Amino acid sequence: METITTDVAIIGAGGAGLRAAIALAETAPQLRIALISKVYPMRSHTCAAEGGAAGVIKPDDSFDLHFDDTVGGGDWLSDQDCVEYFIHEAPKELLQLEHWGCPWNREADGSVAVRPFGGMKKKRTWFAADKSGFHILHTLFQTSLQFPTITRFDEYYALDLLVDDGRCQGVTAMEMRSGELRQFHARAVIIAGGGAGRMFPFSTNGAIKTGDGMAMAYRAGAPLKDMEFVQYHPTGLPNTGSLLTEACRGEGGVLVNKHGRRYLQDYGMGPETPLGQPQLKTMELGPRDRVSQAYWHELQKGNTVTTQWGECVLLDMRHLGEKKINERLPLVRELADAYLGVDIVKDAVPIRPVVHYMMGGISTNTAAATPLPGLFAAGECACVSLNGANRLGSNSLVELLVFGRRAALSAIEHIADLPAPNAAALKVGADATAKRIGELFSGSDGTESMSGLRKEMQDTMEKNVGIYRTEAGLQEGVAKIHELRQRYRKVKLTDKSSVFNTDLFQVLELGSMLDCAEAVTVGALARKESRGAHQRLDYVERDDRNFLRHTMVHHQGLDMPRVDYLDVVITKSPPGVRDYSGDHK
Amino acid sequence: MTTPLKERLVQLEVLRYNPDTDTEAHFQRYEVVCQEEWVVLDALNKVKADIDPTLNYRWSCHMAVCGSCGMMINGEPKLSCHAFLRSYEGVIRVEPLAHFPIERDLVTAPDDFMEKLKRVKPYVISKQKKPIEEGEHKQTPAQLMKFRQYSMCINCMLCYAACPEYGLEPEFIGPAALTLAHRYNLDSRDGGRKERQEVAATLEGVWTCTFVGACSEVCPAHVDPASALQQMKITSSIDWIVEHLIPGGKS
Repeated sequence: METITTDVAIIGAGGAGLRAAIALAETAPQLRIALISKVYPMRSHTCAAEGGAAGVIKPDDSFDLHFDDTVGGGDWLSDQDCVEYFIHEAPKELLQLEHWGCPWNREADGSVAVRPFGGMKKKRTWFAADKSGFHILHTLFQTSLQFPTITRFDEYYALDLLVDDGRCQGVTAMEMRSGELRQFHARAVIIAGGGAGRMFPFSTNGAIKTGDGMAMAYRAGAPLKDMEFVQYHPTGLPNTGSLLTEACRGEGGVLVNKHGRRYLQDYGMGPETPLGQPQLKTMELGPRDRVSQAYWHELQKGNTVTTQWGECVLLDMRHLGEKKINERLPLVRELADAYLGVDIVKDAVPIRPVVHYMMGGISTNTAAATPLPGLFAAGECACVSLNGANRLGSNSLVELLVFGRRAALSAIEHIADLPAPNAAALKVGADATAKRIGELFSGSDGTESMSGLRKEMQDTMEKNVGIYRTEAGLQEGVAKIHELRQRYRKVKLTDKSSVFNTDLFQVLELGSMLDCAEAVTVGALARKESRGAHQRLDYVERDDRNFLRHTMVHHQGLDMPRVDYLDVVITKSPPGVRDYSGDHK
Repeated sequence: MTTPLKERLVQLEVLRYNPDTDTEAHFQRYEVVCQEEWVVLDALNKVKADIDPTLNYRWSCHMAVCGSCGMMINGEPKLSCHAFLRSYEGVIRVEPLAHFPIERDLVTAPDDFMEKLKRVKPYVISKQKKPIEEGEHKQTPAQLMKFRQYSMCINCMLCYAACPEYGLEPEFIGPAALTLAHRYNLDSRDGGRKERQEVAATLEGVWTCTFVGACSEVCPAHVDPASALQQMKITSSIDWIVEHLIPGGKS
């Protein structure tokens, strides 16, 4: 197996990975950087983010308000030292992107424009029409091209972390074009591999979001934190699951049931606000967890609209007018038209909640460091505990930037006095990878079909770990995912070719998703309370006495994972009531 | 709204090529039941899940923004996630993107595009470095609108597959990369046009373009690369006039 020696290996080249690479190249130009990704950087799922990125910039806003919105939005499961660091770094990072050429929308005077977003008390979401993530990703990618120390390994599928002497010192990967294995020796590794939404059948996530980075860290001994917190975005297209950004509501779109009632007022987010005059932090600008949960209640009450794509509610934007829609929401108009045949200028669009984002991930601290020395993580794959039990829309694009950069700075610090990796010791890990992959190819007793197992996993997650959860459903979910992990050992690899073998990558991705799914189900069963995106019908209250703690799930091979807890960092905001009643001036 | 979804038997004729085993590419026929509202990518996904796991292609977002799933559909460059079955009758022929080498099946090697993109320096080359502490550059909505359309390129490379000049003259920098060069040239924050002209205003650059306009026709992001290239020709002609015909002129 060929060895590639580098200083820092980054796994994933979306927003967080690219930001980390640029920070490394700028701050420590003597270091070699290997940027490894299973897709070309501009294919990364950051490109699908629409609404925008939050950072305090306007004179009527303050860091304290961004802090309060984030901590309350997260139902007090955020680490407050992390939130503090984040809100102060956010505007700097967004300005940095501005300097790199990001086409942010502007006010008439040429300053950066901001829009309202759910759960935010002030307008602080910077945006580039409704293609903010796309522009952030391409700005970062294009900017990265000027740095000679960044060596890209596009379409290399990362397999296993290499650990020696208690430190992470590299990773194995397969060059997808040739099928050849490589080992990367590095003095630090940053995982920026994105989320795992594809473990659910109905998701805004692209096909690539299969939790490979999370699973890789988990298998190497780094715990996964707060995985039971899965965000449903309230407004997805009912057939494809494509995201219709929260900016639809930020710009004034409203949600109505089959009776034409703006039902959010019935779920603690009223009173109703005048049409076309959205008010911050109430009604349609409530937080995502609450808005998605309201849909579930409407469904139980029979208030949803029956469509050929299933039960829906309606997102009505007609009153915004064609001009504003074209200027602020052009992608939304195009998506609804192309995939659903609805022109949002003329008709309300049927929507339903859709799995969107993992609040949980690889446990990291505010320095983006995992408990495994030498291993850092940033972006959706990490759980730095910014988002707590429910992420506010427009915090995650900034999270990529703030913690992507921070991971780079921490990696530089970590490797300052480190010796070069011990090649002989790392070979043991690399040989294990080669054996694992070799067995998939040589095995002739595969009986389980990849797509069959994947469907069972997705159906289980939807049925048992959805918006509302119960003890019995979660027990069934835990048992089923555990069974699927055992059956996965007999998965059949049909395609035995070496070149661009997507059958192989789908088999490997399924393994990653099953590991992540087990952490989600086990964490959800153990958390006997309702908080943020984790809602239990049998434990309806938040329980700060027992569960103001992070769930930490530790991989135990094929056995059930081990669960323990870590206290939440509270610095200045004791747990309080989340008030989206509109009476919060 | 409650009428059930219509189903349809779709016949796909897909180009297959595996360098491990095949001396040349061949077509393979699949029949698959699809919903009428699906896109070609959905049909391919159903083939891969239910019929033939060895079929290979790229895809991710299913919303025409990641640019992964470009392929030739009935001879036209398309994103397969944005090619609706309702637009096609009879057998649908699916081939890899034209003008790029095939890695396997519908997967092509984009190396040439990636190298050209880098050569045009698609990043802000500052006139004067401004510290972050000094805040944002002022840029009016009108200044933004000058280049915004050209910043919408998703790098899907459909325009390269459509461009007859790129097919004949592989040295051509091509529509997407040149358009991105133009995007930065037009940005009020940028001062790098002269550096980019060394690549863009050459025979491999804009002067290869014969303004067929196929690039703009196939662009799924409405970028209109053809207009960018025409604008670039005009500015580089003006450069030449200033340099050669105006006494004391220097671009």
